[in-house]
Amino acid sequence: MTVPTTSNAMAPPAGLARPQLLELYRWMRLTRTLEERLVALYRQTKVTGGLFRSLGQEACAVGSAYALERRDVLSPLIRNLGSMLVKGAEPIEILRQYMAKGDSPTRGRELNIHFGDVVDRNFVGQISHLGDMVPVMAGVTLTFRMRGEDRVGLVYVGDGATSTGAFHEGINFAAVQRCPMVVVIENNGYAYSTPTNRQTAAARLVDKAIGYGVPGVRADGNDVLEVYRVTKDAVEHARTGGGVTLLELMTYRRKGHAEHDSQSYVPPGELEHWAATNDPIDRYVTRLTAEFGVDAGELTAIDDEVRATVDAATDVAEASPPCDGPDALRGVYANPAEMPVLWYRGEASRAVAAHERPAGWGTHDG
Amino acid sequence: MPSRRMSDRPGGAPTMAEITFLEAIREGLAEEMERDPNVFCLGEDIGAFGGAFKATEGLQARFGEQRVIDTPISEAAIVGAAAGAAHYGMRPVCEMQFIDFVSCAYDMLTNYVATARYRAFLPCPIVVRGPSGGYVRGGPFHSQNPEAAFLHTPGLKIAYPATAEDAKGMIKAAIRDDDPVLFFEHKYLYRRIKGTMPPGDHIVPLGIARVAREGKDLSIITYAATVWKALEAADQLEREDGLSVEVLDLRSLLPLDDEAIVATVKKTNRVLVVHEDTVTGGIGGEITARINELCFEWLDAPVRRVAAHDVPLPYAPPLEDFVLPQASDIVRASRWLAAY
Repeated sequence: MTVPTTSNAMAPPAGLARPQLLELYRWMRLTRTLEERLVALYRQTKVTGGLFRSLGQEACAVGSAYALERRDVLSPLIRNLGSMLVKGAEPIEILRQYMAKGDSPTRGRELNIHFGDVVDRNFVGQISHLGDMVPVMAGVTLTFRMRGEDRVGLVYVGDGATSTGAFHEGINFAAVQRCPMVVVIENNGYAYSTPTNRQTAAARLVDKAIGYGVPGVRADGNDVLEVYRVTKDAVEHARTGGGVTLLELMTYRRKGHAEHDSQSYVPPGELEHWAATNDPIDRYVTRLTAEFGVDAGELTAIDDEVRATVDAATDVAEASPPCDGPDALRGVYANPAEMPVLWYRGEASRAVAAHERPAGWGTHDG
Repeated sequence: MPSRRMSDRPGGAPTMAEITFLEAIREGLAEEMERDPNVFCLGEDIGAFGGAFKATEGLQARFGEQRVIDTPISEAAIVGAAAGAAHYGMRPVCEMQFIDFVSCAYDMLTNYVATARYRAFLPCPIVVRGPSGGYVRGGPFHSQNPEAAFLHTPGLKIAYPATAEDAKGMIKAAIRDDDPVLFFEHKYLYRRIKGTMPPGDHIVPLGIARVAREGKDLSIITYAATVWKALEAADQLEREDGLSVEVLDLRSLLPLDDEAIVATVKKTNRVLVVHEDTVTGGIGGEITARINELCFEWLDAPVRRVAAHDVPLPYAPPLEDFVLPQASDIVRASRWLAAY
């Protein structure tokens, strides 16, 4: 694992005032508290599928999404719950998704944070095929460029997804077209069980930027202010016609690929080391109190408010109705709006069941 | 017939003159780009060069580089970018230089595009079009008919016209469709088939088959280039055997026009399914199954298939001709069915 460089003490990044510094803290705290709640629900078997944590990566998600405007678009990865929350996703939506409820954003069609809203909050739900969202975001941002709209797209990939063809095709396409796009590689050290040095022979993933003819920036992904600063720069570069930037945010995945993963492949002591020395929330609390004059009580008040928010959302989500089976047939196409139910579930199928032509059986003119 | 430049027909106004299948596609594209500023084309070598088959010739000069985009050799990115643009209100038309290369975008089409509306309520009205099919000595990678590979992907629509009139009317319908459409253009037909375009805004709705030839003794259900092989065989069967053969041109493969299939079965009671795609796993199996489920009792003979042999399509003329279904094969199979 590459150890991130330690941030130097600095003034708050340009444009960030004290309320925004606290807001960044709240988003990271909300991410962690909501995930801890999901773990509890998972252990109660109330989560339908797998559970994916972003423990230790909250600064990457929150700091980068915070650099976007509401009109800008992002496409998250499985460990970008924080980005989704910053962009306007509600805890109740996340809880309903994980519990496969009938009133969840996808009405039970997709798992976890795989959902989108291209009308208001502007996030495009990812699919599980890693790298595919890079070409998709190239198209979103190509549209903004074609229409002369003042909007930017940000797409997350992991260290693993940089090995896919779609990542390569997408960033290359967007670079040629000078799309207003930011590609964020969250390098958390592992793709499922595979360490980054088994993923690539490149010393640094950010070096791939040179090959695409775009600027590349590597930053400490566990320093939320640094993440915000480099992303904000890349977003403004895109917004002012500069095209694509590739960011590599160095972080560490402290949980397994999903909740079931025992992390047996992780060298002894590595997890404990990161938890003890490089937790993004701990680091930010230290800076807030030591450098920016935030009182510990203020943070405790935020923690309490976040817990109450998650408690309330959990109560409502648990009471949400389950999905309705036949709803599964709706919405595959715009037209027809509903697919037919198969014969063994209902009405008999026309001529065969009705024996329309018994008299004519076996002869042409009968 | 020399290829015309679109600039010869101002405003995309329909012409009463006979034009080729290829020109009909181009005319349809131009009319839709004229009508809707959200329609744009992207693909390899489609701009200044006008495409490998010149389907988009003149469009970049007319509509500009923003709306006729030359892309890198990146089929996954072409389709993925089209999807992203479609989410935000555009109507992209992707060209696969040869439809054989759509396999490079298979993941994007089947996993991302086809599921977008269902899983995330994302609108994804894109068209992926390109030259397909054999009989042109193109070899294994410039002759394919990969339609069946997408047939079992809910969320996609598949169009495969056989006439110039349908080529224009269906490309326009595909662009206006709110769902993603794979649009196959048989390259054997590009310059061999001509038609006179109906006046006005000529739209041929997707999902509706066409009776290409009326008959009462036997039905041939087919699409694309083999419609013309079937018509040739039908004429010979009428002449030599006195058989009255009906030819049903499916036009769209997803959705399939079950009503038209059932109607022709009830009319003739004998069915030959013909397609250029390989026999195993080809759409002929699906059509046969539907006939079995929907109108089994109306059959006087087993449904039979005439399709390509199960081999990659070879290059040398004697090999390609052997592998692909020919009019003479359709004649032989029809005689077998008629005598059953």
